[in-house]
Amino acid sequence: MTEPLVRPKRKDPLKRTRLPLSPPGARSRTALGLVAAAAQGRFMLQVCRACAKTIYPPRDACPGCFAPAPAFCDVPDRGKLLAVTTIRTSTDAYYRERMPWRVGTVQMDCGPSIVAHVHGDLAEGDRVTMSLKLDRSGQAAAFALPVKETPAMADDKQLREMTCDPKFRRALVTDGRTAVGQSCAKALSEAGCTIVFVGVSDPWKPFPGEDSLRKIPNVEIVPLDLTNSESVNDLAADIGGRVDIIVNTSEHVRAGGIMARKGLVVAREEMDIRYFGLMRLAQAFGPALRFRGADGVNSATAIVNFLFVHALANWPEFGAYSATEAACLSASHSLRAELKPGGVKFINIFHGPLETDWFQELPPPKVAPAQLVKSAVDALKRGLEDVFVGDIAQDIRDRFLANPKALEREL
Amino acid sequence: MAGPYSPADLLAFAGAVASGAVRVVDLTQTLAPEFPVIVLPPEFGQASPFRMEEISRYDERGPGWYWNNFTMSEHTGTHFDAPIHWITGRDMPDASVDTIPPANFVAPACVVDVSAQCAEDPDFTLNVDHLLAWEQQHGKIPKRSWVLLRTDWSKLPPRGYANMKDDGAHTPGPSPEAMKWLVEKRDVHGFGTETIGTDHGQATHFNPPHPAHYYIHGAGKYGLQCLCNLDQLPPKGAVIFSAPLKIKQGSGSPLRVLALVATDGAAT
Repeated sequence: MTEPLVRPKRKDPLKRTRLPLSPPGARSRTALGLVAAAAQGRFMLQVCRACAKTIYPPRDACPGCFAPAPAFCDVPDRGKLLAVTTIRTSTDAYYRERMPWRVGTVQMDCGPSIVAHVHGDLAEGDRVTMSLKLDRSGQAAAFALPVKETPAMADDKQLREMTCDPKFRRALVTDGRTAVGQSCAKALSEAGCTIVFVGVSDPWKPFPGEDSLRKIPNVEIVPLDLTNSESVNDLAADIGGRVDIIVNTSEHVRAGGIMARKGLVVAREEMDIRYFGLMRLAQAFGPALRFRGADGVNSATAIVNFLFVHALANWPEFGAYSATEAACLSASHSLRAELKPGGVKFINIFHGPLETDWFQELPPPKVAPAQLVKSAVDALKRGLEDVFVGDIAQDIRDRFLANPKALEREL
Repeated sequence: MAGPYSPADLLAFAGAVASGAVRVVDLTQTLAPEFPVIVLPPEFGQASPFRMEEISRYDERGPGWYWNNFTMSEHTGTHFDAPIHWITGRDMPDASVDTIPPANFVAPACVVDVSAQCAEDPDFTLNVDHLLAWEQQHGKIPKRSWVLLRTDWSKLPPRGYANMKDDGAHTPGPSPEAMKWLVEKRDVHGFGTETIGTDHGQATHFNPPHPAHYYIHGAGKYGLQCLCNLDQLPPKGAVIFSAPLKIKQGSGSPLRVLALVATDGAAT
């Protein structure tokens, strides 16, 4: 049985904060196929096109028939735990301070056997669900989980190293004026955050939902305006060392293509709120997050950013907005690299049109704010990096991966 | 202007300022990011609030100096409205901030105190009757005078200051009749307020809408808003110095508004 986490005590101010370390991070280019799967929470291995053999670890040619470049495919994730070993010492600095550590061999139903991290609730002979997790170096790691949810399963010490579970962590939701922001505050509070700081800009402007937002348990309203560097820096000075998860809910959705707009006022607002806002947030809060990546049970763990899926491929109906989102997507890749030394994840939640005012004229399917937020919390709990919420986001992703040029023409 | 004015007179004036015999009252709000700006329905273009980015502060970006870039709209903070700001004033001569004759940036002011009424009613509307009552007490509003509406609105905290409800802003301001009368019957220099604009919070629903803008600028006159410290001015006799930035074809400009007040307090 996993020992349930207890709410961490306040830090001993006389103790040095443990610095984040990374597990070994070198992988072959081919092996990065596993990262792509892990980022989305999918279980994918290579399957030989010629002989249909499922291959692990990743290889450049099929070990059975030597056919080149087997492709990664979704494969069945069940298997049997053949053997478990508890490692008690290591020369690797990261693992050394996390001993003991359980690893085991799993015979997969789809063929290969995999050496994996093993959840504490599993014993030899158990059926397992194999998953690919992103470890603290950002690389994919095979992780064997119980088939059925066990009590306090998410609290497993090894698993929590690879996830960003909100339980007992402190979150900052950047914009509480929006439906998505308010939904986020509620969901993070329910997911066990000890404090949910919720940013509100222009407090002199009333907004719908203000009263119910204030009533959510553990919510603390803070002044925050992502378009104002002073405001972001001031807040970071106050709470920067006490924020473990940031969820950027800022939005500025306006329809129209590049030429359809008259002048740059709206485009600047979009860039200021979304792209420069993200940059201000990262500059003000990022260094402390990165520094606190191994700071105990409530270590800093993730930045979550909502992204319009047309960041991948511009949709001219929302052409200028898509371009802004593309800038944010690109920035997220830089931030991932910059946050990596701290083991802090940057999670992109891609979505299509939402059930909100500024997508009002579009027909369904649209994603409800609560559904979007549920996916974000799920991504934190599972430690994902790229999440596509709803039919439109998934459709655009699939068409983009299949043929980006074709998608450009179709849009 | 009657009579000659000698260099000695001017120096005497400067001396009076230096000695404090003429008091200088700052009618300007500090330009700060948190100060409310006018909010239009979201489908319209919006005025930018004040924002500042540090260029360097004695650091690796500039070791010996501190300076900033800032951005804002022409109508952010305490600001000046030029006639060209409104459609009624678009064909006026010398109607943008760069072409207004500089002498027009110095003018006397009448201060109409309606702060007691506004404390009771945020929707207080200034009517001709209020102005006539003021004239009964202080004499006729002279031509080419600013009329400044003292509401004490500048003393409110931001939320009360903007006072936005689900049916729009509730802040005091002038009626269409009052504005028409000030412009046509009194030939005022301009109209100034403590609120976010020269118009009433509900002025969209007036006829014509936004009568302060409509009449003042339609007559080639000026507006001042987001003023403060009007409670330090006498009803009559203060001289306002209000020079906007010389922005090419500018419709307005943030500015420093100063009032010169004689310390014997005597109204003329």
